[in-house]
Amino acid sequence: MPDAGTPTMSVKGVSKRFGGLVAVDNMSFEIARNEMLGLIGPNGSGKTTMLNLISGALKPSAGTILLEGEDISAAAASEIANRGIARTFQIVRMLPALTVLENVAAGGVFGHSRRWGRELDDFARELLHRVGLQAAGDAPVAALTYIDQKRVELARALASEPKILLLDEWLAGLNPTELRTGIALIEKIRAEGRTVIIVEHVMDAIRSLCDRCVVMNSGAKIAEGTPREVLADAEVIRAYLGDADA
Amino acid sequence: MSGGGDHHTVPFMQAVRAALILSRREKINLLVAALIFSLAALLPVFNTTYWLSIGVSIAMFTVLATSWALFSGPTNYIALSTAAFFGIGMYIVGGGLPYLPFPALVVVAAVAGALFAAVVGLATLRIAGVYFVIFTLGLAELVRQIVAWAQHVMGTSSGLYVLIGISDQAMYWLLLGLAALAYLVGWFIGRSRLGFALRIIGNDEVVAVHSGINTARAKVVLFVISSTFAAVTGALVAPRWSYVEPSIAFSPFLSFEVVIMALLGGVHRLWGPLVGVIPFTLLWEFISAKFPAQTTLLLGACFLLIVYFIPRGVVGLIEDLVRQLRRRKGDHA
Repeated sequence: MPDAGTPTMSVKGVSKRFGGLVAVDNMSFEIARNEMLGLIGPNGSGKTTMLNLISGALKPSAGTILLEGEDISAAAASEIANRGIARTFQIVRMLPALTVLENVAAGGVFGHSRRWGRELDDFARELLHRVGLQAAGDAPVAALTYIDQKRVELARALASEPKILLLDEWLAGLNPTELRTGIALIEKIRAEGRTVIIVEHVMDAIRSLCDRCVVMNSGAKIAEGTPREVLADAEVIRAYLGDADA
Repeated sequence: MSGGGDHHTVPFMQAVRAALILSRREKINLLVAALIFSLAALLPVFNTTYWLSIGVSIAMFTVLATSWALFSGPTNYIALSTAAFFGIGMYIVGGGLPYLPFPALVVVAAVAGALFAAVVGLATLRIAGVYFVIFTLGLAELVRQIVAWAQHVMGTSSGLYVLIGISDQAMYWLLLGLAALAYLVGWFIGRSRLGFALRIIGNDEVVAVHSGINTARAKVVLFVISSTFAAVTGALVAPRWSYVEPSIAFSPFLSFEVVIMALLGGVHRLWGPLVGVIPFTLLWEFISAKFPAQTTLLLGACFLLIVYFIPRGVVGLIEDLVRQLRRRKGDHA
């Protein structure tokens, strides 16, 4: 693993309560530079809530989140984006009245790295090319297929040149052919040397993409290690499949 | 947009310079706009009181509807607060005339409108949808009641005389100038990062936030700009009434008229509201002359018809038509 020095981000004892429900329970983990970390676990285990806490959509009830040593747990979501954390959404979010190119450019104007004018357009076009979108930049987003909308969303997140990229079930909803294309694309993003946290259900993707996995169940961390290690872990198997004698 | 660090800040002058690099098409648009304004400025030459008075109404509603659309168009926040700011401007002129000259009062109205809009914006722009609409409607009523109460406490009469010799002609030119300013400001915003931020906010506020946009700040800035125009308009037209009282200055009717005109024209283009203002003002002139007792009823009916049949306004109709024509042309080719 490259650069094992100070972690890019550390999550320390983070909890999130909604009334009596503990959605995230005392989570701690770290991500190193250029690492691809998988955040996995059964449905309802708190993975997306964890991403929402990191990206600032929700505020932790307890604990701290440090980005390069600085506490971001109380910062507004827009401020966190400015500091270099970009995300995609579980259910793809397009800006319907904007063109494809503008949808991508939207990520590169106000966030971590900022561009404007021709420089912005050129960069957005380059990103569209990089995520493999063939459609014209001035096309409306409604004309795009599902996977192409996902590509646009990925390009928008990349447009801010984030320190950390959060992908929330980016591969969900793709058909088997698209899935192969999708995994290859994330593989390419990874090869560019980015720091990425992916929340994912597709085990093939986790095995082939992640350097390391954190497994959650009922809001808490139950395992951490390489994909091979955690997927062989007895408690992880129990969390996914239930007890053998059930 | 929002401060991440010093190296992010784009100096204001650099932004201005960047915005002034124009494409050929933009230069033509600008030239056409200047030509239309020059022609409009010639109206008083014809020397007909009737048409000049209609011209004043059209110029006034052009400023109000265009500046309303600057904020409400991209954000989809329907503000019914026009009357609140319009009334504040009017009352500043009405109440201040014994102490300050008219031009100074217009400046005071602009500053007061901007400050009040900033306070209101900071307090309310976190609420969205129907709650925001109701709040802004209540705002005009609230200010009106406060003004009425203040006048009662001070023991003055409920009205104010605005006796100042401003000809309709001068008022028309002043409003036309203000309209030109509204267009320039709107055009500048449309080309700026702020304009892009507002379009993103109007499409999906969640995406906006996670793209690093300080949405509250962007909305407050636009709300302040939009409301300041309403306050200045109120100040400029105050002499037209010569007698100002709360029910005239803070009439909720005005807020609705502005919304209807802007929606009729279309709020997604800068020139959209103008396309609504001209026919509506003329129609209104006709209705209030022929059916003076049923004006409110007919206004309501117009509102329903517009929202039902042309939700994207006249501009939307025109754009659909152009697209169809192009497609047909493409089929033949």
